[in-house]
Order: sequence, then structure tokens, then C-alpha cells
Amino acid sequence: MRKVRCAIIGSGNISTDLLYKLKRSAVLDPVWMVGIDPESEGLKRAAGMGLKITSSGIASLVPHIQEDRIQIVFDATSAKAHVENWGLVQGEGVRMVDLTPAAIGKLYVPSINLSEINDSGERNFNMISCGGQATTPIVHAISQVHDIRYAEVVASMSSQSVGPGSRANLDEVLNTTSNALIKVSGAQSAKVLVVVNPAEPPMLMRNTVSCVIDSEIDEAAINDAITRRVEQVRQYVPGYRVANGPCFEENKIIVYLEVKGEGDFLPPYAGNLDIMTAAARRTGEIIAEGILQ
Amino acid sequence: MNAKITRDNRDILLHDMSLRDGMHAKKEQIEVAQMVAIAKALDSANVPLIQVTHGAGLGGNSLQYGFAVASNEEYIEAVAQEMSQALISVLLIPGIGTIAELESAYRAGARSVHVATHCTEADTSPAHIGRARELGMDTTGFLMMAHLNDPAGLARQGRLMESYGAQTVYVTDSAGFLMPDDVTARIKSLREALRPVTEIGFHAHHNLGMGVANSIAAVRAGATRIDASLGGMGAGAGNCPIEIFAAACERLSIRTGADLFALMDAAEDIVSPLLDEPIRVDRAALTLGYAGVYSTFLHKSKLVAEKHGLAVRDLLVELGRRRMIGGQEDMIEDTAIDMKRAAP
Repeated sequence: MRKVRCAIIGSGNISTDLLYKLKRSAVLDPVWMVGIDPESEGLKRAAGMGLKITSSGIASLVPHIQEDRIQIVFDATSAKAHVENWGLVQGEGVRMVDLTPAAIGKLYVPSINLSEINDSGERNFNMISCGGQATTPIVHAISQVHDIRYAEVVASMSSQSVGPGSRANLDEVLNTTSNALIKVSGAQSAKVLVVVNPAEPPMLMRNTVSCVIDSEIDEAAINDAITRRVEQVRQYVPGYRVANGPCFEENKIIVYLEVKGEGDFLPPYAGNLDIMTAAARRTGEIIAEGILQ
Repeated sequence: MNAKITRDNRDILLHDMSLRDGMHAKKEQIEVAQMVAIAKALDSANVPLIQVTHGAGLGGNSLQYGFAVASNEEYIEAVAQEMSQALISVLLIPGIGTIAELESAYRAGARSVHVATHCTEADTSPAHIGRARELGMDTTGFLMMAHLNDPAGLARQGRLMESYGAQTVYVTDSAGFLMPDDVTARIKSLREALRPVTEIGFHAHHNLGMGVANSIAAVRAGATRIDASLGGMGAGAGNCPIEIFAAACERLSIRTGADLFALMDAAEDIVSPLLDEPIRVDRAALTLGYAGVYSTFLHKSKLVAEKHGLAVRDLLVELGRRRMIGGQEDMIEDTAIDMKRAAP
């Protein structure tokens, strides 16, 4: 089967985990990895898997985009770098899957906006945040049954899985994620809380979703909507599950989620990172399927 | 309102927690007028710092931590304008509160802040500490659940906070788990690691009855700021009771600058009548200290245990075993459901 060729910008943990996932894809073929550190473990692994690599940054990739027929670029650098990277590659006709918090493109969650990708003229798809990928599908599923006055998310992650970028910018994580609960999931208002837990052995990523509903809650419909949505997410994040709930309490619906990673490059407890790379791969595959048709 | 804390006649600074940690004891239901009355009593008793915020700090109003009867800004503004000498402080836990909320609190009149992280996660606080300093606020780095890090580790975290701009670093015994010797070791370790100009503080919880003893141990080891509250009003079995601590300091010739009798009167005449139940080391609060659990879990754990037919002590011990930390109140019910499933 023909595959769509792609490049990964960044050679850190996320990029390397993504590389493993793309390698397993039936429709995506990673051919380039771009880094800035020649000693990086990610670049070494990429070279070992037969990818072309450069440690001189995005500028050295650009001349090869046409030549190597790259159609999708994944960016796992930083919000600031992404703005520059997109500026350099967008003229080359590629589609971008952005794993940074830059959010200059469309906020995209595979299990929610599935069909929109190839119909819209969008070329830059933003993966929001780990908490966003984990919780927007559930809030969206609930919003298909009842109007949600207020959605609240508590995302707990193991200390070992939260990198320096997120640590320095927790405010950005809170704002980006609550914005997605409103714009992507349809809640009227939203709040996000993040806890970084250093327990040993590391805890799996946990997310508690609470929704406040003004009408009488149709419990059967909510149970059904959540069950179906979890199955959709599990197609690309096999370790995604409802650990407890949904619990119904007066005008509230509470769902306790757990995300266990696939353990590609990152360990299974880092479900928060795995769900980002898994969502990025799924988004890339949907784009590729459109291209291949 | 003064912009500067005076050190005249003070060996240490008392930082009152009645209107922040004490919010937990009242399930966040303190009226604005009640706050103003308590703060005025503390101000006239010459307490230099008074914290005024939702129990979980800025951004605390939520399903997770409960909704207070007024916004943080309403509380701060109402209190700040009545102060003759005291500075108003706030609590800010990155991951719960944001810089935008800090700026809003500053506009409402807050001039001091505890920027709090778990005792191993100081590097989630540089932006918040940095912004507080830019605003000219008296800025503290507040290392919570300090029993979960050893003295050397705590010193490394304290140095990080100092490097971000914290002028004071606190050992925060959120679970009321530490014994006086543990406090001494942690304060000494920080004192050796930090620059002489950086102050050390201590925040007690009284779950094992050590609130006053631990605070005295902290001062002996080099702490110059102590958090305390009227009648001990705070989460779990409460904080170090400020009137008892002030009396103990007088006996030990440690100058707090506070009016002891005025504090005793405020605790007895204003705070006691306002409490729904006395602040004391009951069985559940004792379990917090024994099992090393975040004191704020107390009320929700009681409710959840009752709802699911569990003993609150069993639930708290399990939460301690799972190493749940400050902010993870959602995991109380999750854990209870797991326990019921395992042993229906």
C-alpha cells in the first residue's frame, strides 16, 4: 500500500515516541527527523530506523520537502518555535500536525472533529494539550445529550512525565485546555486544574471530568454516549478507559478517566504524553487517507 | 496601608492563616463582614501579615475545592481597605491559580503571596514567583507536604525558589506529620543552603498535636516567619493556634510584636462562636497526621466515607498509601469507589 511521507520536527521524548507510532502506521511513512542537537538520542534512533536526519534545524529541511515528497509535517518543538516553523513550511503545500501549545491552527481532537479534516480548507491542526486530548471527547459526548453549563477538569500527571516546557507554563496549559472545553466540546464555561504528583512508582495519568447540567439528567443516554465515545478514543489510544463512574450527583456528572501509555519510547505511566502522540498519529492518518483516496 | 513590614520589636513575623486555611474549617463559607471583623482584630493586635483567600488560594473556587460565598477579590478588597498596619497576602498554587489571578488580587490590595508547590515540584513556580516580584509583592516560596522530601532534597527545592526570586522559603507541614526533630532538620538544612538574606518560614498543622511545639522548634532552628491562626482555625486539626504560640513566645522571650491578650480575645469572642464544630484532633484529623495525608482532605473524606459506607480512617489511610498530594480531592471518591469494589 502506498504511504504518505512525513517529517517530524523536534527530536525530544515526544518526537521519538511519535516516531515509533508513525513507523507502525499503515498509511504514514516518516522519512525525516529534524533536531538541533547532534547528540540527541531521538536523532540517533531515527537514523537507525533509516530516516534522514539533520541537526541544523528546520531551515535545512525546507529544500527537501518537494524533493522527498513530504506532505505532512509533525511539530513537537515549542509554541514559539512552531510559529517560525509553520512560517517556513506552509508555502511548501504541506499539512501540519502541531503538538505544541501554539494553537495557531484548528484545535483538533480525532474522536470529535473526525470528518472535518479533509473537508475544511485547514492546513494546520493543533493537538491542544494532553489534558485536552483526554477530556474534550468526554465533555463533547455529554454535550451531545445535555447542554453543559460548566465543565471542570482535574488532570493529574506523574512528575516524571511532565517536562520543563509544561512546568514553566502551567498557566498556558490551563488556559489552552479550558478554551478547548468550550470551543471544541461545547461547554458554556470551563475550568481546568493540573496536579503534578511525584509518587513512586509513578501514577498513571488521571483526569476527573465534572459537568454541571441545568436540565434533568438522562442517565441511560449519558452512559451510552460515554461508552461509545470511549470506544472511539480507544481505537487510537488503547490505554484510555473510564476507571470509575459516570457518577450522577444532583445536577452533576462525574467521570474518572485513566490513560495508560503504549510504552513505545515513553513508559506506560506517561499516558499524558502518549495520548498526544497517539492523537497526532491518528490525525496524520486521517489526513493521509484523504490524500490517498 | 503600609507598603513595608516593620521589624521593630519583632524577632519573628506572625502570618495569620485564619482567613485562608481557616476557610477550609468553614467549608469556604465565611461572609465578607466576618472576614473584615476578624482581620480588624488581627490588625489591631499588631499581626503584620494576614492571608485572605479561598482555602485553595487564587483560582480555588471550583467543584473540586468548593465555592466560597464571595470572590477572592471581594474578600481582599473589603479587608485591605480596613487595615492600619497589616499587609494582606494570598495563596497561589500553580496549576490551580494563574498569574492573571495574581494580578487581579494585587489590584484588589494584596501585597504578599505564598507561591505554593508540592515539596518536590518547585520548578512549576518560576513564572508566578517572578511576576509577584515584578509587582513588588513580599514573595514566599511555600513547599507543601514537606514530610515527603528529606532535608537535603527540600534545601535543593528551596534554592530553586530562591533563584526564581522568592524572598522567603517555607517548610509547610500540610499533613501535620512532622515531629519537632524533623522540623529542626528541615529548617536547618534550608538555613544552610539559602542566602543569609532569604528568610525561612514554617507552616504547621496540628493533627498530631505538634503545632506549637513544631513552630517553636522552627524558630529555634532559624525560622523567622511563622504561620498561625486564631484558635488554630485551619484545615484538619487546624494550624498552630496564634494566641497559644504568642504566649509561648513571650515565655521564651521571642518577640512577636503582637498583643497577646487581644489575640486571646479575638480567638475566644470572634472566632469560636463562628465555628460550626470545634477545631480539634478528632479521630479523622489524627489519621491525617498519622497517615501523612493533606489536611484539606478532611471534610470531603468524611462526606465520601459516609456516602459509600466506609470508615473515614480506612479511606484516609488508603489515600496516604496511594501518595495522593495537595489538590487531588477528586481522588477521594475515586479511591472510595475502588475500595468498595475490592471489598463490597
